[in-house]
Parts: sequence; structure tokens; C-alpha cells
Amino acid sequence: MTDEPDIATATAPLVRLPLDALHRRMGARMAPFAGYDMPLQYDKGIVAETLHTRDKASLFDVSHMGQAMIGGAGAARAMEGVTPADLLSLAQGRMRYTQLLNETGGVLDDLLVARLPGVEERLFLVVNAARKSADFTLIAAATGPRLKLHLLDRALIALQGPRAAMVLDALLPGVEDLSFMDWRAFDFEGAPVFVSRSGYTGEDGFELSLRADCAETFVTKLLAHGDVALAGLGARDALRLEAGLPLYGHDLDATTDPIEAGLAWSIGKRRRAEGGFPGFAHISAQLAQGPQRMRVGLLPQSKAPLREGAELFAQNGDPVGVVTSGGFSPTLQRPIAMGYVAAAHAGAGATLFATLRDKRIEVAVAPLPFVVHRYVRPTSGKDAR
Amino acid sequence: MTDCRYSKEHEYVLLDGDVATIGITDYAQTQLGDIVFVDLPPIGRKIDKGKEFAVIESVKAASEVYSPVSGEVVEVNSELGETPALVNDDPLGRGWLVRVHTSDRTEFDSLMDEAAYADFLKTL
Repeated sequence: MTDEPDIATATAPLVRLPLDALHRRMGARMAPFAGYDMPLQYDKGIVAETLHTRDKASLFDVSHMGQAMIGGAGAARAMEGVTPADLLSLAQGRMRYTQLLNETGGVLDDLLVARLPGVEERLFLVVNAARKSADFTLIAAATGPRLKLHLLDRALIALQGPRAAMVLDALLPGVEDLSFMDWRAFDFEGAPVFVSRSGYTGEDGFELSLRADCAETFVTKLLAHGDVALAGLGARDALRLEAGLPLYGHDLDATTDPIEAGLAWSIGKRRRAEGGFPGFAHISAQLAQGPQRMRVGLLPQSKAPLREGAELFAQNGDPVGVVTSGGFSPTLQRPIAMGYVAAAHAGAGATLFATLRDKRIEVAVAPLPFVVHRYVRPTSGKDAR
Repeated sequence: MTDCRYSKEHEYVLLDGDVATIGITDYAQTQLGDIVFVDLPPIGRKIDKGKEFAVIESVKAASEVYSPVSGEVVEVNSELGETPALVNDDPLGRGWLVRVHTSDRTEFDSLMDEAAYADFLKTL
């Protein structure tokens, strides 16, 4: 995802979400994002929405994201041609985080891939809004004519927070039994709802893909629960930064690779040995030698937030890094940031400096996440990722 | 006797004699959202009409504040250091930003009065 609408669509009319009318009725302040007219925040504001997510449950409309289904024997193998994830071992009803890579190991997008339950080989994909047309062109080329790539025009909503499971289980009985990164189809008034226990906030929660014409009824039922409130893109960005999760177009792009981005965990052991994905030579070298720079957490020792693009310097004035996401943490009530820092300066506790409006600010390198993840992990028998 | 005027950039000026209290309007604070830090100029700084004199940081972004009048800063709202959200909660009261000593009343007179500003907001 990117904050700014991409140039190609900046002049085109903004696309409205299936829940557009509901957002406006609920007091949303709308803003352009990747060509979509998106709710940035509602009346209570980003701080209140962030805290509500950590305390109870928030509902996010993320229908701008790209969804697709790939069906047919060999789908997982075909997707391994463009991503470094071990998808052949992805069990039925499980989901994985991975990246589309270019020939030099740069990240073209990050995405989620779920293997549907059932013997038939089918994959469900969720990609970033700003990247979807490029992604699906690339994936269609990789899957070839023999496999079917269906782009899905469905609503996508996220219910995130400690109360999410309890609230959602009343509407879709059985969702409480899912573990983090489990994927299953449920039934809502005769329409299938694709549910994964996942999200982008660090909290327990779910992402739900449903028919656009069912979305308003479904969301209205969720909102009828006193613990559920709407939250916008502003809170989503604050939450993911607190959770240390990278945002495409900011912390990840075609010039960053998954190793320096701290995403080596998403590359399966077999894939590291066998390769067979774009940028394998570079990724292998990065894994063997260690990257020259690392994505790290940053704690500015100031009251003012440090923003994306701020340069980072060592004690002696040498430039050693750059902030790629920065803002104010509603949960911690202080500025937080992440960025890329030269390996020699990337250890937690290292002291760097930045300049903000002619003032020198001390910046401490900090471990990620800033706010501990509260995923509901499988207890046994299944892989955690 | 104080008189309040407004700029198109959504700052207000409350004039009391030759001391102008400057802040941002309720419309501006709503647009900015939750304010988490306010960077104010030092006392004694000369500020110019139409030029940036302060920065307001919301959760989402940093926004420059432009001075609606020229003058010398004689007081800053030190309460904002601990409680920047006062700008959200009471922008025209406890959420004021700076007080400046102005010498040129024509700048103030050229700003919008309350009725004109209300009409201006309707055009947005």
C-alpha cells in the first residue's frame, strides 16, 4: 500500500468502495488512497480508533485491496515461480505471507496466499491496492493459460482486536476455532465468506472477504455489537507501525529485498536451498553474508514525530540510514518510526541522530514490534506461519 | 475590547490593543485530527504575514501554520508542550499558539470577520 494515490490514477475519478454510503453516514473523513476514495478516520479520530482496536474490536474496510483466486493442479508451483515462499508445503486451510520479487530480489509487492481447504488445488491471494494491476499481470504470466486466475470483485473487511473472535463467532459460528493464519469459508445468509485469522494491526483478528452486495448487511450486524467501532486508514497505519509491520511503498519497494527488510522468516528452507524464484542469487548472497542494512525500529528522543524521508546520522555525522515510516504511537503516547540503517549501526540500543526543523534529535534503535503481537497461535500440529 | 479575524489558511487573530493572539480555527483543528506536538517560535522572533511561524504535528502528518499578521512574538502558549491536544479541544481558547506585538493594524483589518469566514467555509 502507498499513502499517495499513484500517478496513473491521480487524475482519474476515485473508485468508491461498496460500503461508501455507510462510511459517509458514519461520519468518515474520506481521502484518496491508491485511486480509491477511502475512509481516513471517523468522528472520534485516529488516536481513539487505535486505542479502541487494542482494547476491544475495530472494523476496517480494506476492499481496495486486490483479491484473486488461482485454480488448478500446479497453482502452488506456479506461484513459487514469482515468490520465495514454500507454497508446496502450504497445508489446506492455511495462509502464508510472501512477496513478489524482481530479478534483483527487490520487492514488487507483498501479499498473502491461502491454500483453500479441499483436495482441488486452489489459492486465494490478497495484494496491495496500488500494485494490483501490475501484480495480476505478473501472476497471470507465471500461471500461464492452463491455470485459471480469477480476479475477485469482493468486499474485504478486517475485524481486529481482543474482542474480535467473540463478536465474529456470534455471526459466523466456528471462527473462534481458527488459529492465526488459518483460512476457511463460512456461510452468511447463503453467501460464502472467506475468513482468515490474520490482520495488519498486531492484534488477534480476522480478514473477511464477502460478496459486495452482502457487505453492508454483514457490517451493520457487526457494528450493532457495542464492542465494535469503525476505524479508518489512519488508525490502520498507526497500528501497523506500532506492530512493526512494513508498508509497501514506504518500508518495502523494488529497491529493498526481503532479507534487509527483516522478512527472511517468510522464505522457506527448501526455497533457500532450491531457489527457482526471481532474485534467488541476490537473496542467497544476502542470507549467506548478512545484509548491509537492516529495517529497524526507531525511537526519536523528542516529542515531535520523525517522518518518512528523515535522514539518520551516526555520532560522527556519517549518514547511516533513513526513516521509511514515522508517526506518533497512540498506544505508547510517543513518537515511533522505522527505517533502514547500516548494519554496523542497526543493533538495538544504538544511538543515531536526525535533524528536524534545524534541531538535532537523538534517535535510539529499538527492537520491533513496539507493541507486542497478540496473535492466537496454533497450539500444536500446525506450522505457525 | 477584543476583535477576532480569520485568514483563508484557517488561522485566527484576536486583537487586544496592539497584541494579537494567533491560533488555528475549529475547522483547521478538525481537518488536522489528533494533534500530538506543536512547534512554536521563540519569544522575540519576528514573524511575517503569510510566512510559516509554527508547525503542528498530528498523528498523520506535519502541517505548517502561516501567520495572518506580522509582528514580534511576546508570548507562546507553554501549556501546549505538555498538552498539545488543547488545540483540538479549545482552539480559540486555551489552544491559542502565540501572542505577537503588531504595529500595523491594516493587516488585521484586511482579514475576514466572523461572518465572512463562515461564508468562506461554506465554499469549501
